[in-house]
Amino acid sequence: MTDPATAPRPTAIDPRSDAYATNRTAMLQRLAELEQVLDGVRAGGGEKYVARHHRRGKLLARERIELLLDPGSPFLELQPFIGHGSDFAVGGSVVVGIGLVEATLTLVVANDPTIRGGASNPFTLRKVLRANEIALENRLPVVSLVESGGADLPTQLDIFIPGGQMFRDLTRLSKAGIPTIAIVFGNSTAGGAYIPGMCDHTIFVDGGAKVFLGGPPLVKMATGEEADDEELGGARMHATVSGLADELARDEPDALRLGRAAVRRLNHRPQGPPPRVAASEVAPPVHDPEELLGIVSADLKVPFDLREVLARIVDGSRYDEFKPGYGTALSTGWAELWGRPIGVLANVRGVLFSEEAQKATQFIQLANRRDVPLLFLHNTTGFMVGRDYEQGGIIKHGAQFINAVSNSTVPHLGVVVGASYGAANYAMSGRAYAPRFLFSWPSALSSVMGPEQLAGVLSIVARQAAEAKGREFDEEQAAAIEKMVREKIAAEQVALATSGRGYDDGIIDPRDTRTVLGLALEACCQAPVAGTSSFGVFRP
Amino acid sequence: MSAPTTIRRLLVANRGEIARRVLATCRRLGIETVAVHGDPDAGEPFVREADLAVPLGGAAAADSYLRGDAVIAAARAAGADAIHPGYGFLSEDAAFAAAVRDAGLRWVGPDPETIAAMGSKVRARDLMADAGVPVLPGARVADDATPQQLAEQAAGVGFPLLVKASAGGGGRGMRRVDEPGALVDAVTAARREAASAFGDGTVFLERYVLRPRHVEVQILGDAHGTISVLPERDCTVQRRHQKLVEESPAPALDGAVRASLADAARRAGQAIGYRGAGTVEFVLAGGDGALQEAFFLEVNTRLQVEHPVTELVTGLDLVELQLRIAEGEPLPPEALDPAPRGHAIEARIVAEDPAAGWRPQTGVVERFALAGASAFATAADGAAGGRTAMLRLDAAVEPGSVVSPHYDSMLAKAIVHAPTRDAALRRLADGLRRAEIVGPLTARDLLVRVLEHPDVAAVRHDTQWLDGAALEELARPLVVGEDLRAAAAAAALADDAARRGPSAPRAATLAPAGWRNVPAHPQRVAFDVAVGDASSLEAGGAPAGRDRSVASSGPEAGPDGEAGRAGADPGLVVEHRLDRDGALAALRVGGAPLDAELVAAGPGAVVLRVGRERVAHRFDVVVAADGTRWVRGLAGWAALRPRPRFADPDAADAAGSLTAPLPGVVLRVLAAVGDEVAAGQPLVVVEAMKMEHEIAAPAAGRIAELPVAAGEQVEAGRVLAVLDEA
Repeated sequence: MTDPATAPRPTAIDPRSDAYATNRTAMLQRLAELEQVLDGVRAGGGEKYVARHHRRGKLLARERIELLLDPGSPFLELQPFIGHGSDFAVGGSVVVGIGLVEATLTLVVANDPTIRGGASNPFTLRKVLRANEIALENRLPVVSLVESGGADLPTQLDIFIPGGQMFRDLTRLSKAGIPTIAIVFGNSTAGGAYIPGMCDHTIFVDGGAKVFLGGPPLVKMATGEEADDEELGGARMHATVSGLADELARDEPDALRLGRAAVRRLNHRPQGPPPRVAASEVAPPVHDPEELLGIVSADLKVPFDLREVLARIVDGSRYDEFKPGYGTALSTGWAELWGRPIGVLANVRGVLFSEEAQKATQFIQLANRRDVPLLFLHNTTGFMVGRDYEQGGIIKHGAQFINAVSNSTVPHLGVVVGASYGAANYAMSGRAYAPRFLFSWPSALSSVMGPEQLAGVLSIVARQAAEAKGREFDEEQAAAIEKMVREKIAAEQVALATSGRGYDDGIIDPRDTRTVLGLALEACCQAPVAGTSSFGVFRP
Repeated sequence: MSAPTTIRRLLVANRGEIARRVLATCRRLGIETVAVHGDPDAGEPFVREADLAVPLGGAAAADSYLRGDAVIAAARAAGADAIHPGYGFLSEDAAFAAAVRDAGLRWVGPDPETIAAMGSKVRARDLMADAGVPVLPGARVADDATPQQLAEQAAGVGFPLLVKASAGGGGRGMRRVDEPGALVDAVTAARREAASAFGDGTVFLERYVLRPRHVEVQILGDAHGTISVLPERDCTVQRRHQKLVEESPAPALDGAVRASLADAARRAGQAIGYRGAGTVEFVLAGGDGALQEAFFLEVNTRLQVEHPVTELVTGLDLVELQLRIAEGEPLPPEALDPAPRGHAIEARIVAEDPAAGWRPQTGVVERFALAGASAFATAADGAAGGRTAMLRLDAAVEPGSVVSPHYDSMLAKAIVHAPTRDAALRRLADGLRRAEIVGPLTARDLLVRVLEHPDVAAVRHDTQWLDGAALEELARPLVVGEDLRAAAAAAALADDAARRGPSAPRAATLAPAGWRNVPAHPQRVAFDVAVGDASSLEAGGAPAGRDRSVASSGPEAGPDGEAGRAGADPGLVVEHRLDRDGALAALRVGGAPLDAELVAAGPGAVVLRVGRERVAHRFDVVVAADGTRWVRGLAGWAALRPRPRFADPDAADAAGSLTAPLPGVVLRVLAAVGDEVAAGQPLVVVEAMKMEHEIAAPAAGRIAELPVAAGEQVEAGRVLAVLDEA
C-alpha cells in the first residue's frame, strides 16, 4: 500500500494563468491536427471500399476487434500513426493493440482489408514485427484477424526478405508458451498462408477464408492443373480435408465468438508480480489530468517541471523523491501506477550534468534490485557541454547512465513529453534502448539536437571548412542553407514524423497518459519482472 | 353445530394469498393453523407461515387441492378441528362441506345444503325468482337437447345470450352467442369445459345484457338468523369474464338501485337461511343516462377474492367474522349493515401477458414489493375514511416464490383505501407503477392504464370494455417511445458500471469504461423489449418469447454485426461511447441520437439528464436471473432483455416450426401431416394453466410434421407442428 504518510504532491500549476491558457491552446491545436490524421486512419481505404466491404457482409478491422474484446473493456491501439509522411496509408494497413479478451490481456493484430486488400507494405511489416516483439516480451497471447492479399508487390524488395521474420516470430512465441490464434476472414495466400500455418489455433470463416500457397492461375502456370479457390484453399476444405483449420465459423461474428472461446480455454496466466493494491483501492491522482494540457510550454524553450505531469499520472499524486537535493535537473523517485510500484526518472530542467547521470545510475540499479519497473518522462536537451563538464567527466558519467539503462532488466516505460535530444534520448531509454513501451505526447520533439543548434553547427562547420580551404564564405547562401536545414530538422523532430517511422508506440492525448501507461504496465506484468545486478563495467 | 364452540386449530384448504389471508387473521385471534399444499407449493410462504403443513401429494389441482378426502385426512393427521376452504377449489363443493361436517370437523362456510342449492345456477335462479329477486330471462338446457330444441329455447331467451355452466364460476364454461348459427358449437364447448373444470357438464342459457356492469353485495348470516348486508362492490373491470379490478362502493349508482340491490340481497339471504359470508351477484343494465336496472346473477357461497375492498370501507375483518359465525356467535353490532367509509379499490396482479391473449407467465418471482403497503391489513386501520390513502397488499408470493403452470396466475392483490374514488385511483395507479416486480411478466402495466383511464374515472366502462377495442391501447407497456429509449440507455450504462465490479480484470476497472485511444465504433448492445415469455421456467435457453422491439426511428444503426443478417429485426440497439471522464461522448438508441447527459451510473441506478431542458431522471436497474434488465423510470418499469452478442449457432429451429407457448397437455390435434391449411387455422390445442390455447397456422401451407398426440405432456418450446409455407 502507498504509505499514507506520503502526502499528494502539491502543484504550482494555475489553470487561470495566461501561460496555462496559451499552453493549453497550443496543445489542443496539436491534438486537433492529430485527430484529423486519425480520421484518415479510421476511414481505412475510404468510403467506397468500406461500403463494398460491408456490402459483402464483412466487418471492418475495428468492428472485428470490437466483437472480439470484452464489452466495455479498454483497447490500447499501438502505432496508429505509422506510415505518416510516407506514400503509404497512415496506420500500416493493420490495427495492432492490446485489450481484454475473456479477461485475458491479449495482443490483437487485424489487417485492414479496405486498404489495397490489406496488402502488407514496409510499414505493415514494421508494425507487425513490433507487435510480435511486444507479445514475446510481455507474454501476451496473440490473436490475428487475418485478411490480407499478401505483400504489396511493388515494395516486395523491402518486405520479402525481412518479412520472413513474421512467421519465425509466431513459432518462437509458440515455443515460449505464448498462445497464437489466427482467425482468417478472407485472403491469406502465398506467404500469408503461413500466418495461420504458424499459429497454435486456427479458425476459418466459411465462405470467406481463402488460404493457399498458389491460387488457380499460379497452379495452372506451374503444373497445368485446373483447380478452383475452394479446392485450393476454402475454409471448409481446410476444416475437413487439409486440417489447417481447427474450427469452421459460419460467419464473421461466429468466428469471433469461436476466437473468444479459444482464448477462454488457453489457461494463460500472468507470470508477473501481483499488484500491490487491489483495483478497487487504487487512488486516482488528486490533481485533474485535464490540466496536463496546460503544463507543457507552447514554446519548449520555456522550461516546465515534469513532476507536475507525474502528479497527474500516478496513484494519489503521491511521489517519494529519491535524492531530491542532488542532481536536481533530473528527478528520481518512487510511486505507484494502477496499484503497481514504479521508479520514475523525470527531467526537471532540460540539461543533464554529471550529478544527474550518477544519480540516475544509482537509481536504476536500485530499481533493478527491487524488481520495480521504470518510467522515463522525457524533456531533455542533452548532456551539458563545455570545458568544465568535459573535464569533469561528463562522458564517463553519461556512459554510466547509458550502461545502467542498457543492461537494466526491469520493464521500461517511456513518454516523450517535450524534447528528447542527443545522448540524453539514449540515457532516458529512447527507442534504441528497447523500452517495453514508448509513447509520445503531441508536443514531443526528438532529434540529435535542436534545429537551431543543428543548423548553427552545420553553418559553423561550413565556415571553418571554407576558411581551411581558403575559399570565400558565401554568407547569403549559408544563411539560406541554414534556414533550410533548420526547417527540415524542425519538421523531422516532431512526434508525427518520428511516430510515422515507428520510432515509438504511438502519440497519445496527454489526458490519456495514466490509462495508457497503466495498460502498458499491466501488459509488462504479464511477464516476470526481474531486475539484475549485472551491468557493464562502470568506469569509475 | 349449534352450541358455540371455539376453534383451536384451523386447516386452510387453499393456497396462495387467500391461505395467507386466513392465516393472518388466525394469528391475530390466537388460532393455530395447518396448511395443506401441492408439491410445487412446498416452498411457498403460506406453507411456511402455517404452524403445521401437510403435503397433499401431487402437482395438479386435481391431485392435491381438489382431493377432499386427502384434505380431511390431513386435518385429522394435524389435529385440526376446523377447515376454512378459502375460495375456489373445494370452497363451493357441497359434498366436501358435508364430508367435513361428517368427519366431526367445523366447516367455515354455509351449510352444504345452501351450497348445493346455490351451486346449481338453475336452481338458484328459480329460488331467487320465487323470493322476488329480479332475474334475467333464461332456460336450462337438457343434456340430450337436440339442436332444434336448443334453437327454440334460445329464441325464447333472446339473442345475444350466454351459455353458462350451471356449476360454473369465475367465467369458466361460459360462452357468448350472438346469433343462432353459433349456438350448437358454443353449447358443446361450454359443456366440455364445464365437465372438465367442475365435473358437471350442465349448462343453461341466459339473456345477455349488452354493456352491463357487474355489481355484487356482500352478505353475512349468523346462526341466529341475522342477515347483514354490507356495502356493494363493483367488479365491472373484467377480462374474459374474470374480474381484474374491483371497488366499493359501486360508483355512479342510482340511489334507488343501490337500495334495491341491498334489499334483494337481504331477501336472497333470508330465502335460503344463509349462514356465513356470501355474495349475491347482479348484472347492472343501463347507464349513460339510461335507466339502471339490476338482475340477479348468482350467489357465491364463499369469501370472494375481492373481499378486501369491503373490509377497508367497513373496517371489518371478514375472515374473523366467518370464524365467529362458524363458532356460533351472533354477528357483532359493528357488522350489521355498516355504511361505507371512503372508497376502496383492488387490482389483481396476475402473471399474464394481456397483449398475448392473457397468456399465463411462469417462473421465479425474484422481487416483489409494493412500497408503503401493509400486508393483509384489515380492520381499524387509521386511514379508514381518513384523509390519506393507504395501501394493502395481499400477496401469494414473496421473492423466491415459483409461479408454476399448475395453479392460477394471481400473484397478489393490491388494495387501496382513500377518502374518495379519485384519490384511490390515483394512489393505486402510482403504487402499482412503482411496484418492484421482477420475475414473470404481469399485467401491472395494464392495471395502471386501467386505473388511469378516463372511461374508468367516468364509469363509462362495462364488463366487456377490456375485451374490446380498449385492450390494444391498455395492453401497451407503460414505458414506450422516448421513455423506453432512455430506459434502454440506462440499462446499457448500468451494465458498464456492473462490469467494473470487483471480479473484473484490473485493466477493465482501472481504465475508463470502453476506453479507446483511437475511438472508432461505439459500444453496442441490442435489447429485446420483453413483453411476455412463453416460459421463463426454462433455464437458460428459453424458447423465443413474444418480444417486441421498437422500430428504429432513424436510419439503421450501423452495419456492425448485422451485416450478415440483413432484414432481421435489430432489436432496440443502444450505441454509446463514454469519454475518459465517464461522460457520454455519443449515444444513439434505436438508430437515432438520444440527447442525454450522464450524471451518475452504478449497477443498480443511473441518473440521466434528458432532453434539451436537462431534466434529471433516475432509473433503477435490476438484473433478473435470466439476464433481463428491469429498468424503472418515471413512466414505470421496462423489461429489456439483452441479446447475446453472438447468435447461438445451434439455437435455430426449423423454419416454420410452431412451438408450445407454455408447458401443458395436448388436448386435441386438429390437422394431419400433409394437410393443406389456411392461415389462422387451428392445428393443435394445448391446455395449460387451466385454459385452452390454440396453436394456429401463421400462414397458409402444408403440414410437414406433427410430432405430438392428444394427451401428451409438452414442455414449453416443444415443436408441435412444422409448416411448409405455401
